[in-house]
Amino acid sequence: MTRDEILARVFAELESVAPGCAPGNADPGADLHDELDIDSMDFLNFVIALHKSLNVEIPESDYPKLATLDGAVAYLLQKVNG
Amino acid sequence: MYEFRMPSLGADMEAGTLAEWLKKPGDAVARGDIVAVVETEKGAIEIEIFAAGILNQWLVQEGATVPVGMPLAMIATEKEEAALSITAPAPPPAKAPEPAVVAVQAPLTPAATAAQERIKASPAARAYALEHKIDLAAMTPGKPGGAILRADAVRGVAAEPAAVTPRKTKPGLDFDKMRHAIAAAMARSKREIPHYYLSTQINLRRATQWLAGTNGSRKPDTRLLMNVLLLKAVAQAVKTYPRFNGFYSKDGFMQADGVHIGPAIAIRGGGLIAPAIHDCDQKSLDEIMIALRDLVARVRAGSLRSSEMSDPAITVTALGERGVDGVFGVIFPPQVAIVGFGAPHLAPVAHADGGLAVEPVILASLAADHRVTDGHLGARFLSEIAALLQEPEKL
Repeated sequence: MTRDEILARVFAELESVAPGCAPGNADPGADLHDELDIDSMDFLNFVIALHKSLNVEIPESDYPKLATLDGAVAYLLQKVNG
Repeated sequence: MYEFRMPSLGADMEAGTLAEWLKKPGDAVARGDIVAVVETEKGAIEIEIFAAGILNQWLVQEGATVPVGMPLAMIATEKEEAALSITAPAPPPAKAPEPAVVAVQAPLTPAATAAQERIKASPAARAYALEHKIDLAAMTPGKPGGAILRADAVRGVAAEPAAVTPRKTKPGLDFDKMRHAIAAAMARSKREIPHYYLSTQINLRRATQWLAGTNGSRKPDTRLLMNVLLLKAVAQAVKTYPRFNGFYSKDGFMQADGVHIGPAIAIRGGGLIAPAIHDCDQKSLDEIMIALRDLVARVRAGSLRSSEMSDPAITVTALGERGVDGVFGVIFPPQVAIVGFGAPHLAPVAHADGGLAVEPVILASLAADHRVTDGHLGARFLSEIAALLQEPEKL
């Protein structure tokens, strides 16, 4: 998958777990929780959705790597493409 | 024969709009069945019934706004119903009674929209009515007895320009109304309840380690959140200190019949609801996680049940995600206590041997009703929560 495809998937899953959170307007380098006003339940649902749709393992210890949009895309890109 | 009444779905509720009947005269109802959908300031709530029988008669029609306690329907026992069916057929539903009942235009929630589907109308008329937020029930067909056509709907809009106020962003939820409801309940709380406040820092080293170990071997969809441990610890502590679990009314304090905890759930866009997770003390951590996930989803979708609105006997608010150290709650009347948790964070912790370590901690608070308990008992209750969190494997 390309970076753009991953980014589109990340946006779609965020919109799905937190309708109206507008990830496209978020600062890609800032903390997702603050930037999109999502809580730990939203974030867990986001991880569940990525795990299912991209078929990647996301251990809890890796959560800090998904803290920002840039971080999440880089992490998933590496996970998906090996 | 008994009256099925508009339930109180929280201290802040004065009236509700009957959006939709889900049972009709002649239908058998069992305890726990959802009989109607009521539109409140906190969204559409599914109303359960708590006795079995047969719905005999509607007393209120869809779209009517009625005060709490007003009879909505007559329910007959099976024996009565058998006798009634011999003597006379059940009378048709009465018009919404006056003057206690103010018939208002039903807001176009999904529930109300569903109700409109029983009205004879063409698809074009329905689409037009939905787009222009008008009630098809208020329309008259061009041909007597015929279906409402688009032209009739257009005529209706011209005749009735201000049918319904424009909808807010979220179906079934009106943020202004919800703010009004929260304001009313919180003002009443601060006016009537003599609050006292306690706080303590709880060491979360063991709980954090246990959670990391447990979640480490789990797929994401079965992982637990720290909030689940906090809820279970409060549930267990409440069993030891039942005077924090109940309701205060003019007759004084009444202990709740079960440990039904209301976790405060924020609604995107503003407002919050703290509906019950029933029998929290008897649920495993996994069961509480499932219940919490389900509750959060239904709060956001606007589909809660009446028992979830009326049963919480203590509230737990965890503002952890917002990064503040602590939160001191305002008691949600008629409850008598609210436990607050700030953000889990790292802090220097002094040990009994004089050593210093950096460990995960959380600031827990209790706001409780002085008419029921004192700070002395409150301190023991809060300490019990802290102690329970030191043995997370036993929760």
